[in-house]
Amino acid sequence: MVLWRREGFAEDAWAFLADDAEAPETGSIVVSLKRWLAEREALASRTGPVGVAVDAGADAQAHLPELANRPLVALAFAKFADGRSFSYARLLRDRHGFKGELRAVGEVLIDEIPLMLRCGFDSFDVTNAPTLAVLEAGRLPGPPIHYQPGSGGDEAPAGVRSWRTISAARQG
Amino acid sequence: MYHYDDFDAAFVAARVEQFRDQVARRLSGELTEEQFRPHRLMNGLYLQLHSYMLRIAVPYGTLNSRQMRKLAEIARKYDRGYGHFTTRQNIQYNWPALKDTPDILAELSSVEMHAIQTSGNCIRNVTADHYAGVAHDEIADPRPYAEILRQWSSLHPEFSFLPRKFKIAVNGAAHDRAVIQAHDIGLQVVRNNEGEIGFTVYVGGGMGRTPFIGRKVREFLPERDLLAYIEAILRVYNLEGRRDNKFKARIKILMHEKTLETLRDEIETEFAARDAKALDLPPEDVARVAAFFAPPELEPKKPVSDRVERRKSKDSRFASFFASNVVAHKVPGYVVVTVSLKAIGAVPGDASADQMDAVADLAEDYSHDELRVSHEQNLILPHVALDDLPAVYDRLASVDLATANAGAVTDIIACPGLDYCTLATARSIPVAQRIAQRFGDGARARSIGPLKINISGCVNACGHHHVGQIGILGLERAGEETYQITLGGSADENAAIGQITGPGFSSENIVGAIDTIVETYMGLRRRDDETFIEAFRRVGLAPFKEALYERSAGSDI
Ligand code: HEM
Ligand code: SF4
Repeated sequence: MVLWRREGFAEDAWAFLADDAEAPETGSIVVSLKRWLAEREALASRTGPVGVAVDAGADAQAHLPELANRPLVALAFAKFADGRSFSYARLLRDRHGFKGELRAVGEVLIDEIPLMLRCGFDSFDVTNAPTLAVLEAGRLPGPPIHYQPGSGGDEAPAGVRSWRTISAARQG
Repeated sequence: MYHYDDFDAAFVAARVEQFRDQVARRLSGELTEEQFRPHRLMNGLYLQLHSYMLRIAVPYGTLNSRQMRKLAEIARKYDRGYGHFTTRQNIQYNWPALKDTPDILAELSSVEMHAIQTSGNCIRNVTADHYAGVAHDEIADPRPYAEILRQWSSLHPEFSFLPRKFKIAVNGAAHDRAVIQAHDIGLQVVRNNEGEIGFTVYVGGGMGRTPFIGRKVREFLPERDLLAYIEAILRVYNLEGRRDNKFKARIKILMHEKTLETLRDEIETEFAARDAKALDLPPEDVARVAAFFAPPELEPKKPVSDRVERRKSKDSRFASFFASNVVAHKVPGYVVVTVSLKAIGAVPGDASADQMDAVADLAEDYSHDELRVSHEQNLILPHVALDDLPAVYDRLASVDLATANAGAVTDIIACPGLDYCTLATARSIPVAQRIAQRFGDGARARSIGPLKINISGCVNACGHHHVGQIGILGLERAGEETYQITLGGSADENAAIGQITGPGFSSENIVGAIDTIVETYMGLRRRDDETFIEAFRRVGLAPFKEALYERSAGSDI
């Protein structure tokens, strides 16, 4: 697994913890939503930051608002075709004011990454080899101009027609 | 009509290059077919029985002569000289080579066309009334809204991986010619008491193995809120639509399982929680897009043409063409001409490259360079001066496109079926051809009057058989093709799903069964102008059932 951000490949400062693994007192950890809900107080009182990993489903939807103050939320794409996490991402960013790191995990593929960026994801756990190859070559597929406002924070209105935007980061 | 600006052109060009790269990666083996699949689907490329199939959008069914000529050129250069117009205002090519598809898309982009989102689990080509802008009963032209929705839904970052495909149709007239209640979202343009434009919103219509007629979720949605409200519907669907079973994944099932009231509440709650600025649709922007669809300046003329009257009196074929394929334009002295792609014995919806060129020439010479594709799989010349009609007719006849059967028994809507489609359980094209041959284009066919027959080659219902007045569904029973009949379906503002008559008929007997139904109708209609559907609504299924299964020797019970 390799971590990628808009700026390029990066070191991962976060350790994803299995549900039965003991939480270390320090260091950045990510726990499952289930564990977070069960051990919230204990986890929040440790010195290191705690992120939450969320699988798509009814629980995810119900608990999104309370994840807004976490430093990291990891949203899973169990299959690339399961698009629910696109909506969770936008709801976290646009409705619940989430300012932390939003990570895409699971089946993260090259042609979805531009869409994920536009939904507010900013880090990506990538395992798929063709995806890594394109990311290494340093080119993101798809148009840098859009027909709808996104939640990625880098888009400016395109001037004409209210629904159009341009990605500043992808120009030039 | 709409014209791309630099933004649109750059968008489509970038998309073509992205697809070229994907195809190159597939051809080099870097991508497996499985990995390539979602990409090709987002670009309208299907793997079919014999080859790839490429589906190209004709947004809301409007195109100009240059675009039609390009479709002809593609048919010649990359296919086998023809294309197939579908019930979804798309055109399909059945034989393109994978390596050529990026070039085809590049050629299309040169005439402002594309195949974006003609397949895949995303928001599909937005369809509209094919008489948009020319109909008498129009409240407002639906195409500016369809165009705005086309743009807004293109490569939508949140809604590109929905539980299933998502179809939106917009109708702008009192009479529904866009089958809006058979779509995931149907929008009917309306005016409120203050004279403001808005939409009545229907959700959850759909065909397939479990057909539903769309239900009303909003009586009046102000124009300004169009995008925000559609976003709310899509978000609820994206979050809650079933993903465990692809046959239960459409929004119609969500509506059915949750009930109309619950789903409507969820949509309204999501809509109320929106960021009010984000997707506001300002009237200036609507006006900017609407300006593209301004009608051509037509000088009103005499509503009756001597030239047409004279020709009618001495040429009965022309007279019947006039009666069935020509309707009045909203400007006096002009007409809207349906070019039937249903010549007797032909493949419904197919047009050869030469025919496409001929229609393009006619559009340029006689119809202000405009053409339409209807969901009935016909083409339309929307702005023809009445005086020009004889000339238009003669030129259509010279390329076998003057069949006088629009809306008649032989104007059959049919899906590709087993001749092309991997999902098919039976053939549909040959059945359509045989039915058309049975009724022919003589006096008998004319005396039957308006009648809509729809044929699908499997339960997916691409031929809209559920809403056909006579619907035919091809199934497979013990290795044999068998055809189930439904009656009483309707695809307009009184949308209804047809009722199954009973056991199906073999391929051999299906044509006779349809004949029996038509004869039964002719026998019981009260006047010559009581149409099939009116008569059916009056008498119900019983007399037809009796004729099919008790009196007729042709049934296969
Ligand atoms: C040949 C390749 C085609 C394939 C593989 C295909 C596949 C499908 C499938 C699987 C469905 C069912 C969707 C559902 O119930 O969720 C469907 C529905 C539909 N398709 Fe096709 N189709 C093809 C061609 C066509 C053609 C040629 C037309 C137009 C003539 C068409 C128009 C439609 C329509 C109108 C529906 C039903 C409306 C609805 O979505 O509920 N399709 N198609
Ligand atoms: S109805 Fe069935 S046979 Fe016909 S095109 Fe659709 S999927 Fe194919």
